[in-house]
Amino acid sequence: MSGTVHTATDQIKAEVPHPYHLVDPSIWPLLGAVAAMTTFAGIILAAHLHFYYLLGAGLIFDGTIMYVWWRDVVREARTPGMHQIVTQVGLRYGMALFISSEVMFFVSFFWNYFNYFFYPDKMGTAFAAVWPPQGITTIDPFAIPLFNTMVLLLSGTTVTWAHHCLLENDQKNLVRGLGITVILGLMFLCGQAWEYTHSPFPFYHGGIFASSFFIATGFHGLHVIIGTIFLIVCYFRAKSGQFSPERHFGFEAAAWYWHFVDVVWLFLFVCIYFLGRSAIVAG
Amino acid sequence: MSTTHDTRAHADHGHHKQSFVQRWLMSTNHKDIGTLYITMAFIGACVGGTLSMIMRQQLMYPHNDWVTNGNTWNAIITAHGLLMIFWFVMPALIGGMGNWFVPLMLGAPDMAFPRLNNMSFWFLACGFVFVMLGLFMGTGTGAGWTLYPPLDNAQYSPGMATDFSLFSLHLAGISSLLGAINFIATILNMRAPGMTMHKMPLFCWSILVTAFLLVLAIPVLAGAVTMLIMDRNFGTSFFEPSGGGDPVLFQHLFWFFGHPEVYIMILPAFGIISHVVSTFSKKPVFGYLGMAYAMVIIGFVGFVVWAHHMFVSAIGTDSKIYFEVATLVIAVPTGIKVFSWIATMWGGSIEFKTPMLWAMGFIFLFVLGGATGIVLANAALDQELHNDYFLIAHFHYVLSMGAAFGIFAGFYYWIGKMTGHQYPEFWGKVHFWSFFIGVNLTFFPQHFLGLAGMPRRYPDYADAYAGWNYVSSVGSMISGLSTLVFFYVLYRVFTGKDKLADNYWGEGATTLEWAVPSPAPQHTFLDVPVIR
Repeated sequence: MSGTVHTATDQIKAEVPHPYHLVDPSIWPLLGAVAAMTTFAGIILAAHLHFYYLLGAGLIFDGTIMYVWWRDVVREARTPGMHQIVTQVGLRYGMALFISSEVMFFVSFFWNYFNYFFYPDKMGTAFAAVWPPQGITTIDPFAIPLFNTMVLLLSGTTVTWAHHCLLENDQKNLVRGLGITVILGLMFLCGQAWEYTHSPFPFYHGGIFASSFFIATGFHGLHVIIGTIFLIVCYFRAKSGQFSPERHFGFEAAAWYWHFVDVVWLFLFVCIYFLGRSAIVAG
Repeated sequence: MSTTHDTRAHADHGHHKQSFVQRWLMSTNHKDIGTLYITMAFIGACVGGTLSMIMRQQLMYPHNDWVTNGNTWNAIITAHGLLMIFWFVMPALIGGMGNWFVPLMLGAPDMAFPRLNNMSFWFLACGFVFVMLGLFMGTGTGAGWTLYPPLDNAQYSPGMATDFSLFSLHLAGISSLLGAINFIATILNMRAPGMTMHKMPLFCWSILVTAFLLVLAIPVLAGAVTMLIMDRNFGTSFFEPSGGGDPVLFQHLFWFFGHPEVYIMILPAFGIISHVVSTFSKKPVFGYLGMAYAMVIIGFVGFVVWAHHMFVSAIGTDSKIYFEVATLVIAVPTGIKVFSWIATMWGGSIEFKTPMLWAMGFIFLFVLGGATGIVLANAALDQELHNDYFLIAHFHYVLSMGAAFGIFAGFYYWIGKMTGHQYPEFWGKVHFWSFFIGVNLTFFPQHFLGLAGMPRRYPDYADAYAGWNYVSSVGSMISGLSTLVFFYVLYRVFTGKDKLADNYWGEGATTLEWAVPSPAPQHTFLDVPVIR
């Protein structure tokens, strides 16, 4: 774009074979998009007509496509010469950007929460300008939420332990570390399920506090489920010896994702459970 | 150079023939996916444009009876907005031309994630199905493209249409997000050896900044839309005052996405205009680094000005002062761009080929739209003008003239590279001039209507506004006829028999897409060029 260059070809001084991974044609992208559309249509039909089969079919469709697509990716990664260094770096960019977008997704729910936390008068004149709103008994932050915090923090250490074992090529303890992390993830989910079923405020027509609480913690819980599935996949891949100290991006991506889920939880715990607690708490 | 040519040709021969299904439904080729996107944009523009013609027919005379039902009118304006943004401008500029030319300009054989690239397209196609359901089901989605509650809550928009429109935004959003991740990974990771960031063509810079805006803005829209869907269907009260919710919060979340979105629509056009102006002035772009970083600055500042869309939504005076000043700051990097384009032309040997006409039209009309933007940035003036036709005129000058002229500039500039056939110069110029006259006649009078107080979003108006509305409707018909000329241009291109040189624009065109044959073969740069 500068200097004395005059045509496009003048700029090329040599040519070298490309190091990238060019992918064969695949039907999964089309089917994956149709699966998502089916799921969304299923949600609409479930909400309006109480017709649940399309939603169920959509979810099965989604899961199937994810399985076969990522199975292809793993196969390609294990085929020598397909994922060279530059492709591995590209996958890192992709995962980092995906997690950045997930952070912004949670920003919207925290924005919603802080809108009322800092400006309770925005609830309107029908409500006293206090947060949490009058009449709401919140969950005791130092009961299950603190326990869950400890569980997630511990799972962060176990996944890091697994990572270090992998770097030392200690495959046995890698599998063990991943297994413990998965169990801790499931423990967290059990804690949250108990908390939801014993919540002192209802979800449906529960007002703005319940809405803000359940959407933020609920989407976090969904991400814990996704992260746990990701770790379970890594567990089985580790068991069959697919990770080497040099090449294990699948594991790293799962670990990144798990740490992201962990950090979101810390913000939820501090901002919603702790700072947003009522004078008398339940639980 | 002949040896390198031979290797490329050889690679092309080695490629076995694909079936129709493999090529178009299972594609992992950036050029084919780009073509799919451009086709989507063509369909979106035809439907969205038809809706605008219906609106102008209704508004041609006062008390007209084309669209007598207010719900239908609201559904039309909603679908027009959604279609033109998500199914015309974005797929044309980002998915279409971005897919086609970013890898070519970088000297890369394809995008970083070819399957993901294809899924981005199909998400958009599925979203199109949903947005059409939103238009046609029941009374349609009548909340406007901004989808403010309470207009679209369960009470005022019952029925499934609004849910389909909301989920269409989810589908289009996922599409854009995955596409954006793909573009960033491609641009950061797959530039040809020797092509540093500071040697990268400006179109790639524009797509890079756009992609970052998408990654950071789209998820916030997704969160807001999710909360709306929950409010409508699952008993929450995020935006329901009866449960303590705050409808203005939705506007904040929406415009935190919505303002970056306007730069998402215009930055790729900036990139195209830089290339076209440079090519037809036969000079390198003036102030290359300034041009690149001006886009970066526009991207940054674009994230902190959102509430200037909300001056009439009961935000505090201090907020208004901040958002007004921050908005005016954007005029600085935008000015850098405009003056650099002019300086690029200065002293150049300018050739008025059709792409250059569109580019110069872009500069002229975008500056006009920018000037009314400075008017509207003033919170006090916006109080008066926000809900009338002055605002309609403003954003159509930057979009239906800015972004659309950028798309046409890119189309005429690159169609030979994409199809191997040149457009007919005479009819290209007829298209430009008729469209230029049509859109100006449509939208310039709307400034007068707005200053005179004609409110927007109504299917009818007081008799006093009749004159300029008639002019505006005549203008829209001229634009419609001009589009027929464009169809003829397309016909001539696709039935063309001519053979084009690799670099049919000659010495002014210096980016790497001009080093490959026209049409660009299925696979390019399987041998990566090393840049000087």
